[in-house]
Amino acid sequence: MTERTERMADKIRCDACPVLCYIAEGRAGACDRYANHGGALVRLDPLTVIEAGGETVPFLATEEEWDGDILRANRPFITAVGAGTTYPDYKPAPFIVSQEVEGVDMVTVVTEGIFSYCGVKVKIDTDRHIGDERAIVRAEGEPIGHVMTSEYGSKMLSLGGVEHLTGGTKAEGRVTCDALLRLCNREAVELTVDGGATVVVQAGQAPVINGVQEKLMRVGCGSAAIGMFATQWAPHVDEVIVVDDHITGVLSEHQAGRMLDIPHTGIRVTGRKSTPGRYFQVAHPGTGWGGTDVEDPLTILKPADPKVAWPGLRLLMVSTTGEQWAYYILDENLVPKPAEITPPLLASVERVAENCEPSVCSVLFMGGAGGSLRAGVTENPVKLTRSVKEALTHVSCGGARAYVWPGGGITVMADVMDMPTNSFGYVPTPALVAPIEFTMRRSDYAALGGHVDRVVSASDVVKPGIRRVGPAPRHPDPRHAGNFDWPKGG
Amino acid sequence: MPAVAARLPGDRLHLQHGPIDLVIGADGPGREAAFAAAARRFAPLLDELVAELPLLRSPAGGVRPVGPVAIRMADAVQTHCRRHFVTPMAAVAGAVADEVLASMVASGGLMRAYVNDGGDIAIHLAPGQAYRSGVAGLDATALGAVTIRAGDGIGGIATSGRGGRSQSFGIADSVTVLAATAAAADAAATLVANSVDLPGHPAVSRTPARLLQPDSDLGDRPVTVSVGPLSSDETAAALERGLAEARAMQAAGLIAGAALFLRGAARVLAPVPKTEALCHA
Repeated sequence: MTERTERMADKIRCDACPVLCYIAEGRAGACDRYANHGGALVRLDPLTVIEAGGETVPFLATEEEWDGDILRANRPFITAVGAGTTYPDYKPAPFIVSQEVEGVDMVTVVTEGIFSYCGVKVKIDTDRHIGDERAIVRAEGEPIGHVMTSEYGSKMLSLGGVEHLTGGTKAEGRVTCDALLRLCNREAVELTVDGGATVVVQAGQAPVINGVQEKLMRVGCGSAAIGMFATQWAPHVDEVIVVDDHITGVLSEHQAGRMLDIPHTGIRVTGRKSTPGRYFQVAHPGTGWGGTDVEDPLTILKPADPKVAWPGLRLLMVSTTGEQWAYYILDENLVPKPAEITPPLLASVERVAENCEPSVCSVLFMGGAGGSLRAGVTENPVKLTRSVKEALTHVSCGGARAYVWPGGGITVMADVMDMPTNSFGYVPTPALVAPIEFTMRRSDYAALGGHVDRVVSASDVVKPGIRRVGPAPRHPDPRHAGNFDWPKGG
Repeated sequence: MPAVAARLPGDRLHLQHGPIDLVIGADGPGREAAFAAAARRFAPLLDELVAELPLLRSPAGGVRPVGPVAIRMADAVQTHCRRHFVTPMAAVAGAVADEVLASMVASGGLMRAYVNDGGDIAIHLAPGQAYRSGVAGLDATALGAVTIRAGDGIGGIATSGRGGRSQSFGIADSVTVLAATAAAADAAATLVANSVDLPGHPAVSRTPARLLQPDSDLGDRPVTVSVGPLSSDETAAALERGLAEARAMQAAGLIAGAALFLRGAARVLAPVPKTEALCHA
């Protein structure tokens, strides 16, 4: 390593070149190539050149065979160019890069980072209450996003976005960028939800909620669980209550129980009755049984109805993931007393757990390809947008399939688990730097006004030392014809 | 890390050392020799600058530097130092471009040549030659184009503004200036961009330059960090301030022309066309 650092208070001194910049935390040096990241001198990802208005080159050469490599073809090209130039320490110069465009010797682009508009959508497979919808999500105390609409068996977070990156305080932007970067690079990030839980989120891993690692995603809501397992329970137990923050199910009252001629038991639960055998709000949301704050399931029972219940009544209480369960028999005073579960009933409880998928966190990067990024592909950015919409151009992120949102612009989502590790970088704007490739036929590239004179063959790009990674499983080659809506015979 | 040189697609030369990135193009039978001359001149250039860095980061008008690039820098800002706070660093990019271009021109055989130093461009045109440059905005929209012909008296184009992490006292998105040399254009673009401003406006947040770049030549002077919403009247007022500064520079013969951009609005100060009489004067 030629770059050694000399610490000076919270600044570091870079000796990568004779200028010997002092660089403050979170900033880059005069060259924009080296930065102070948490006190360490880091070489910014070569892709950061894109921030400087640099060019992205398409995943080109449709006539060449796919060799199984996800070539991040734009990276070596951009590194070689290095022409995104800036002199921020010396003088107020914007990022400008030269490009040769037909009829014009040079285009001077003044641009600020790409993916200033970006964030992640996080899906956390858990029923536990991590916070109310719309609650602020924080990292290191700074607001970086919010809890959004829950999905089936999962809590959802929307993190980042331009309002947090650049719309708030400097600290908010820096922390947001850092959290996004780590999430996208599959690192663990601790998040706290206002009025909710502390959650450690890591793509592809189970969430850790208030210090407890989540294991299973619920099989269904309490009512659904009753429906799924009623026939297995009926021969072995008189009543089953599936505890769920959303809908707690009561077997004997539930339609499934009625169909099986299960008699009423007089067991009564707290909460608000929705339809027969289905109860809302039996407790408060929490990190206990079935996403409630219940630790002792008996707390959601009201005294049994003495006109209906009977001594010796067998009662199973179970959470929606089968992770918690308790078996009781009513005594002569109709009070549930813990009892030893029978083997067939234990097997049914285990089956609930067996039917639950492992709980994981998924992190989808979402960003919009801004004007400057698109301009790196074509002199007429809207043509690239149209070409994408017409399925003549395929968009991938680090070789992984990207979902392109309908409507205007090129707004994409991609699963970071499908992308090569450490695909993401950042610039001190703050903004994320992410790989994005536009793949199309050479003729279509020419038609949309692409920088055809810049097309180099893939063999010129693949040099010794280039990073090679395998393609993401189940993802088509970005150049596969099935990705495109080419006209017949076209 | 030493200076590095590489050829780019389109038969251009890329020279890089530390924070300096040059993209160089040349037409004419002397191109290869000129590229070699540029690379030779470039190799020791950053070390020469660094040797005088403390002086070059000090306000203009003091001790005169000795290095050839440093002298170009000092000369370019000298004419502005009575009206503005300015250090020779305001012209460093343009001065480097001028110096490298001069070495190429001296090697001979060039019809056209340019040295683009991060948007500050030094241009050489043999008689009868022309050079076109497009200007694009922060979002890469085309803002216009300029054609420069031999004999126009324009040897430099420079752009300054708030794009990127640059430090500016002003709020311009970008200011492009045409002048006799890249160093002159560079210094003027910096100062005109500083003048596009709304002093005291609550939507403009500023912070001492030193907090962002510890060894900034701007010291503790507040530089613009972000600009919130502006009305069209405010945008116009800011541009008019910059335009007045550009006009004063043009009247003093320091620049040929300028184009100022802010939030989709623009002001253009066109070069004064040379009349036949003037051309032959």
